[in-house]
Amino acid sequence: MLQPYLPFLILLAVAAGTAVMMIVLSHFAAPRRPTHAKAAPYESGMPPLGSARERFSIKFYLVAMLFILFDIETVFLIPWGTIFFTGAGTGGPAMGFLLIEMLVFLVILFVGYVYVWKRGALKWD
Amino acid sequence: MTLDVSNYPQLLTALLPELVLSAWALILLLVVAWRHGTARDLRLAGWLTLVALATAAGAAWWLWWQSAHAAGISTMIAVDDFRFVADWIFLGGALLTVLFSMRYLEREGLLAPEYYVLLVFATIGMMLMGGGEDLMVIFLGLELMSICLYALAGFNRRSPRAAEAGLKYFLLGAFASAFLLYGIALVYGATGTTNLSLIGVQVVSLELQHAPLLLLGVALLLIGFGFKVAAVPFHMWAPDVYDGSPTPVAGYMATAVKAAAFAALFRVVGEAFGPVGAWREIVAGLAITTMVAGNLIALAQRSLKRMLAYSSVAHAGYLLVAVATGVAAGSAAFVFYLVAYSLTTLAAFALLAAKGRGGESDVQIDDLAGLAAQRPWLAFALSVCMLSLLGFPGTAGFIGKWYILVAAMSTGQGWLAALLVLTSVVSAGYYLPVVMAMYMQPAVSTEAHAEVCLDGFGRVAMAVAVAGLLFFGVAPNRLLDLSKTSATVQRGAAAGAIAAPTFSPGH
Repeated sequence: MLQPYLPFLILLAVAAGTAVMMIVLSHFAAPRRPTHAKAAPYESGMPPLGSARERFSIKFYLVAMLFILFDIETVFLIPWGTIFFTGAGTGGPAMGFLLIEMLVFLVILFVGYVYVWKRGALKWD
Repeated sequence: MTLDVSNYPQLLTALLPELVLSAWALILLLVVAWRHGTARDLRLAGWLTLVALATAAGAAWWLWWQSAHAAGISTMIAVDDFRFVADWIFLGGALLTVLFSMRYLEREGLLAPEYYVLLVFATIGMMLMGGGEDLMVIFLGLELMSICLYALAGFNRRSPRAAEAGLKYFLLGAFASAFLLYGIALVYGATGTTNLSLIGVQVVSLELQHAPLLLLGVALLLIGFGFKVAAVPFHMWAPDVYDGSPTPVAGYMATAVKAAAFAALFRVVGEAFGPVGAWREIVAGLAITTMVAGNLIALAQRSLKRMLAYSSVAHAGYLLVAVATGVAAGSAAFVFYLVAYSLTTLAAFALLAAKGRGGESDVQIDDLAGLAAQRPWLAFALSVCMLSLLGFPGTAGFIGKWYILVAAMSTGQGWLAALLVLTSVVSAGYYLPVVMAMYMQPAVSTEAHAEVCLDGFGRVAMAVAVAGLLFFGVAPNRLLDLSKTSATVQRGAAAGAIAAPTFSPGH
């Protein structure tokens, strides 16, 4: 009965295994030359202890926002890919229409990308 | 021209105005990416925006001229005259806003051409909202419009008041969107569809007129729309947001945004909830509180901008009366009043923008003293606006109010009509002091109005708006015919004639 969910289970096992393996392997195999900065919990982030009212750069928000935007692109692309390669031609919308629809979406996103790039939102300094 | 919107090429034809404007918005964004920073680039973006809005209006006109209509039930987007006329109101409002903004932005040092891009995207959102035939499309349009406006409200980054306006609008707007979305979810739960016509069908065929789930959904929808049109008791954000926003944006918010929310509200209650009687009482109640509270609070304002903000709240009440009279009686009056109100309010905000001194646009009513002697044309234009808002005979505002009164009387809502007249009388208490200050009080000094300036674009736009107000006040027939033919949102009433859909609702 749960046969169709087997790939999910395997995926879960692979994902968990990879994560555990990465940590365990780097724990035993990695060379260890700790400095003060490297020993901090978030190596390239902000110090985790201190006043919660500290102000931090608006650039963090900008990057987070742009990340979400392009993340959503992927979220849309994957289900689209599934429909495009399996569902098209079998009663669903025509393949050409699906392709054009996604291209329009990508063009709109690309225009936004060009804009943020030209405006320097991707530059850190 | 009959358009079958389930066929892609014909759906694209039906969406032509939105598509044209979207393409322009993307081009504009690319232009802005390379050309930003100087006043010349700002003017370039402004000119391109004018062209964009004009071509979109042309596309809407072409569809109207072809008398395009949908074959069968329209899904997603409506194809009727009401949508095209609403599009013209949004595009016309945006066009006037651009004309009034050109000089204003340079004077206030807001040299970011993104202003125009946001304006165009907001207008696309309005067009989707006013023309949406599906609750999801309406919500999508509302979000597109709102997100652009949050940014526009806080556009003057150096001003703490603009930051307050932007944040306040964002928080309350997000809150209102949540109400709307929850309402949509409940309506979907009760009827099994988000299509407006099909909701109308399902309500009748499943006898949901008194179903608690549906009524709760309707109530939440009305709260969401109430926030957007700034109806009392959901109006608290309006004065502060208008106060902090750049003045042309405040004018845009008070007219086009309100028009979009009203157009969507009108379509939703007309097509989907025609058989549900409960919304009428809610809208009538909102109209009463909005008219009374809006007018009374406006009486106490000394700042011209806040006075205009509360006046726009009061006018939302008058428009709610038109909504409460229902589709059959009220729609022509509704469209006419929307046009008259938008012209008047935009012109009034533009005059305020012209009066405001660099950076600080906190103009008191007494600051206008003696304007008539020094700048007679500006004083005349502002007087016409104030009289039209008041509903003085000879102006478009009078005809608009007259038709709302006729509609209210013909549906037996005489007490709403009486309250409309009474509150209009109260409104004279804050519109006329503006005229009195300009004509009857001496100027403080000979230099008092020296800094008042309206550039060439502003003058042309102002002349068009004021001439339109006077013209429609004397000869309203053309606009009224247009309003009447556009009032074909009555498909909800005829919903019983449409075959019941084959799917079963989710219970």
